[in-house]
Amino acid sequence: MLAKRIIPCLDVRDGKVVKGVQFREHEIVGDIIELAERYSAEGADELVFYDITASSDGRMVDRNWIKRVAESIDIPFCVAGGIRTVDDARAILANGADKISINSPALETPALIEEMAKEFGIQCVVVGIDSREQDGDYFVYQYTGDEAKTKATQRRTLDWVSEAASRGAGEIVLNCMNQDGMRKGYDIAQLSAVRAKIDIPLISSGGAGALEHFADAFIKAHVDGALAASVFHKKVLTIGEVKDYLKKQGVTVRI
Amino acid sequence: MKNKTTLAIVDSGVANLTSVMAAAKRLGSEAEITSDPAKIKAASKVILPGVGAAAAAMQQLKAKNLIETIRALTQPVLGICLGMQIMFERSEESGGCDCLGVIPGKIARLPDKKGMPIPHMGWNSISIRAKEHPLFKGVEDGSFVYFVHSYAAPVSENTLASCEYSAAFTAIAGYKNFIGCQFHPERSSQVGQQILQNFLDM
Repeated sequence: MLAKRIIPCLDVRDGKVVKGVQFREHEIVGDIIELAERYSAEGADELVFYDITASSDGRMVDRNWIKRVAESIDIPFCVAGGIRTVDDARAILANGADKISINSPALETPALIEEMAKEFGIQCVVVGIDSREQDGDYFVYQYTGDEAKTKATQRRTLDWVSEAASRGAGEIVLNCMNQDGMRKGYDIAQLSAVRAKIDIPLISSGGAGALEHFADAFIKAHVDGALAASVFHKKVLTIGEVKDYLKKQGVTVRI
Repeated sequence: MKNKTTLAIVDSGVANLTSVMAAAKRLGSEAEITSDPAKIKAASKVILPGVGAAAAAMQQLKAKNLIETIRALTQPVLGICLGMQIMFERSEESGGCDCLGVIPGKIARLPDKKGMPIPHMGWNSISIRAKEHPLFKGVEDGSFVYFVHSYAAPVSENTLASCEYSAAFTAIAGYKNFIGCQFHPERSSQVGQQILQNFLDM
């Protein structure tokens, strides 16, 4: 049986790991390789590196650190941020990343999902979605790496996840913006609504702050993985504590 | 004192070699990525990595004149993921293609089952069948390892460890000096590292 995954997310800006609250007020939390090694030693199942400035600046992620990460850790990792073309993705995968994640570029050019899935296989293609509840529905947001450029799109989140999956996304990371950095729990209602729409792996993001939050995401919203940042960066919880707790709740985890 | 292990990682042209090379380095192995038949023959251990489609991988090996070289190897050879699949006689992937045939059997697509998307991707546990095999020294039954694949070898008498997804399949196969590993030991944390170390110690 597949284990449920715990995935620390490292937001990268200018070669350092940073973390903001609700996508704002970024503070430096550490060195990329140091944190990557720490989390893989602690039992992380996968890491996501997200260059939060890349997409909104219109520049590509700096690739030098990707190879160093690939050489340093022995768990899979995903790189996100400003990947706009098949060639961008190829370069990142060639440097040793296991997956690439696209967000804003997929919204601008949905066919990019198909192109990448065809070229690299759907297992490499993750679609990240920033979503916020509004008047009883969920809507996709774009350019969330930069507060000044962040904007709502006309896309309903539930339509977009279905479209992304049918175009060849291998996995969806749903970042519930209302919850991000608040550590008040994942948006279980939103995750459940998305879960009902897709069969491909769904990763919850935004809001993890306590042991029960992880259990809720797996048991109530049936996600495949839970992504978290500040709760691990600030050592509120360790990955080991989260996994021990989940195991006691009957969730299959790798310990 | 042990003889020094030299490891040849076969450059099949379709593999992501960075992570396999890095894993070998972490284990302190003297590894070289090569498509030179002489170097591959001379190495004390050979790893055949691979990602992508079976037919493309076989074409690359053919273009590099490596098919007969690999078939004739007598030292321990470890195929990883697609590298494992092409060790079998045939794969039904993309209309079917003949493979190296150094392990008996055929590769088939994992069956579809509700709630179990293909590819099978993530950490899954293995059931060790050949408990005395040197590859499993220090590896617990039920250990989790990292898989990414849509095709697999059915369980057979050459299965050393199996895994269960939409059907039971071979996680590790062994036949003579050829070992095939469906998962990615180089991405499977301590368990994967132990298996790689055990292979290098064989």
